[in-house]
Amino acid sequence: MPARASLWSTLTDPLVHQNPVTLQILGICSALAVTTSVATALTMSAALTAVLVMSAGLISLIRHHIPGSIRLIVQIVIVASLVIVIDQILQAYLFEISQKLSVFVSLITTNCLVLGRTESFSRHNPPGRSMVDALGNGLGYSLVLVVIGSVRELFGAGSLLGLQVFQTVDQGGWFTPLSLMLLAPSAFFLLGGLVWILRTLLPDQTETLELLSPDKPEDLS
Amino acid sequence: MSDLVSLFLSAAFVENMPLTLFLGLCTFIALSRKTGSAVGLGIAVVAVMGVTVPLNQLIYSALLAPGAWAWAGLPETDLSYLKLIAFIGVIAATVQLLEMVLDRFFPAIYASFGVFLPLLTVQCAILAGSLFMVERSFTLVESAVFGLGSGTGFATSVVMLGAIRARLAYAHVPEALRGLGITFLLAGMMSLGFSAFAQMVAS
Repeated sequence: MPARASLWSTLTDPLVHQNPVTLQILGICSALAVTTSVATALTMSAALTAVLVMSAGLISLIRHHIPGSIRLIVQIVIVASLVIVIDQILQAYLFEISQKLSVFVSLITTNCLVLGRTESFSRHNPPGRSMVDALGNGLGYSLVLVVIGSVRELFGAGSLLGLQVFQTVDQGGWFTPLSLMLLAPSAFFLLGGLVWILRTLLPDQTETLELLSPDKPEDLS
Repeated sequence: MSDLVSLFLSAAFVENMPLTLFLGLCTFIALSRKTGSAVGLGIAVVAVMGVTVPLNQLIYSALLAPGAWAWAGLPETDLSYLKLIAFIGVIAATVQLLEMVLDRFFPAIYASFGVFLPLLTVQCAILAGSLFMVERSFTLVESAVFGLGSGTGFATSVVMLGAIRARLAYAHVPEALRGLGITFLLAGMMSLGFSAFAQMVAS
């Protein structure tokens, strides 16, 4: 991304071209765990986007005052406080869904996506831009979650957002639910497939062959 | 005693952190490119989880749990909503401390851990270990066993994935599937295998 990219492209780039989940490998943990139904995926996306935007704004506001050596701890504490607020709100107004999400709302704290964006973007940019970038990344993350969530709920239970789309056998219809869809492995397969499709459509995202010599230290960028 | 053994096994295999609970996937995927780094990461996770989960259990039961301040005449006080911030602080401090101790006394081990230690502060699996400890109200001993078990499970699976990925260097993978895509498919198959462990402890 060029340094002076317009606000619009800061917002839209992370949706597909720089998608945080499929390209940047950020925030995968929660992306897979909460996608057994669309409702939980949507709640999780909304919570994560809210935390991301607010933490990006806050950290960007105080970016000149954070000493470099303890910046990680400062950032984590800010993020953790925001997550506590969101968690309490969810428990107050959406109790059933917050039970289903169990520890995953709290785990937004350690979601690499939040720290990754604050670390790489908010620290160097004014609050407005950082929040737009955070919103874009949050929406890109939500997009992946909702796609995977829809597929898993549709084929795993024959419904979308709780509404029955296919009549299952139990209800006298024709559709036999694929219970594998609701188990852990299918989430991996679906995300792998999604990455495959995306990279076939957008060949510039393809990774170069891994031809590192065995003793070369791991590249952590 | 056998309770503890089965707790250890179920934490390590049945509730395998990355493969069945999707925790710690970021480092799981990003650092499994080579077996060597996977081993380093695995050992670091075992060490950090083995220390932080019991430590957080102590802090939670002594300071944060509902009614923990009863001895001070404050039986109504419930600070459990602060657990997240307390746990993350403990984890960050433990990681930092471990890093300094290793650097001072065991420079060889420190060098082999390298960059993995600081990364563990933001590892979902480690924080999740502490949160599960609260959810299931483990005692101190149980939480130590649980922490070690989950860490071992993570280490096992990350080393396995690293070994498989190293083999992929000789495979002809479709271009668009290289890297992230194939790794997810591999993890999916491993997860399928691990789901067989679910029957091991159920009885």
